[in-house]
Amino acid sequence: MPSSDIAQIILSATLKEINMDLLLFTKALVGGILLGCSAILLLMFNGRIAGISGILGGCISAPSSDWIWRGLFIVGILIGGAIAAPFGEMPQNFGSSPVTLAIAGLLVGIGTRIGSGCTSGHGICGIGRFSPRSIIATVTFMLTAGITVFVRLHLL
Amino acid sequence: MKNLVTVISGVLFGIGMTLSGMINPNNVIGFLDITGEWNPSLIFVMGGALMVFMPIYHLKIKPMSTPILSPNFNINQYCQVDKPLVIGASIFGLGWGLAGICPGPALTALAGLNFDALLFVIFMLLGMSVASPKRLSRDH
Repeated sequence: MPSSDIAQIILSATLKEINMDLLLFTKALVGGILLGCSAILLLMFNGRIAGISGILGGCISAPSSDWIWRGLFIVGILIGGAIAAPFGEMPQNFGSSPVTLAIAGLLVGIGTRIGSGCTSGHGICGIGRFSPRSIIATVTFMLTAGITVFVRLHLL
Repeated sequence: MKNLVTVISGVLFGIGMTLSGMINPNNVIGFLDITGEWNPSLIFVMGGALMVFMPIYHLKIKPMSTPILSPNFNINQYCQVDKPLVIGASIFGLGWGLAGICPGPALTALAGLNFDALLFVIFMLLGMSVASPKRLSRDH
């Protein structure tokens, strides 16, 4: 095979990869912008922080008068997920064993409750408000999650 | 009207989660795995969200004395960085890194009738109910 053909193949493969990355990043950016709009809307009109762990956790411990908006927000999320499923990613499974998922779920539930937030509440609304608590929390959970992934993928 | 805003906000959140790819654990783990084949897409998700939230919050919302449809803002005014914050965030990070799933994506994935999401959410709720339910005032 002439070397120009090989160069052609490599070039088109690279371009294909760049295009795929570009699409992935564009979707990520547009998705992020929508998450920002969601948080702005909820805060500006209703005075509430769009933190999912707080909204869910509040279903357990909040006064019952608070349940309506929490329930409606969750229903909205499900509708949004169903609407976007054909254009985004709607996984059929998470790729982890049921035991891993159960342990991870338990840790996420406990951790977000004690640490008062998750990626949406601390990571978007808190950092966006320049809250020192949220900045520290976000750095902490990013770091521990990174270490966890490193240990799981590269050491075990 | 207030309820309508809540639903619309939820819908935008669900679309954002699904479109952004946050809902796919591979993207999250790929982002966290900086020594592996790094996938930076999560930066665009957070960047996009902050690009909207940060300026509008500081220029528009912060000067407002009350929200448009509600008598008061329900924002955590407690700003001390304390032990529970760091310990809780560490426990959360451990769980997040373990499966690549956090509360928003898990909830959204329920729309796809994803059994794994259901399992995760059930155990997450269990975890939430055992961990100090009285800290409501500090919620996010």
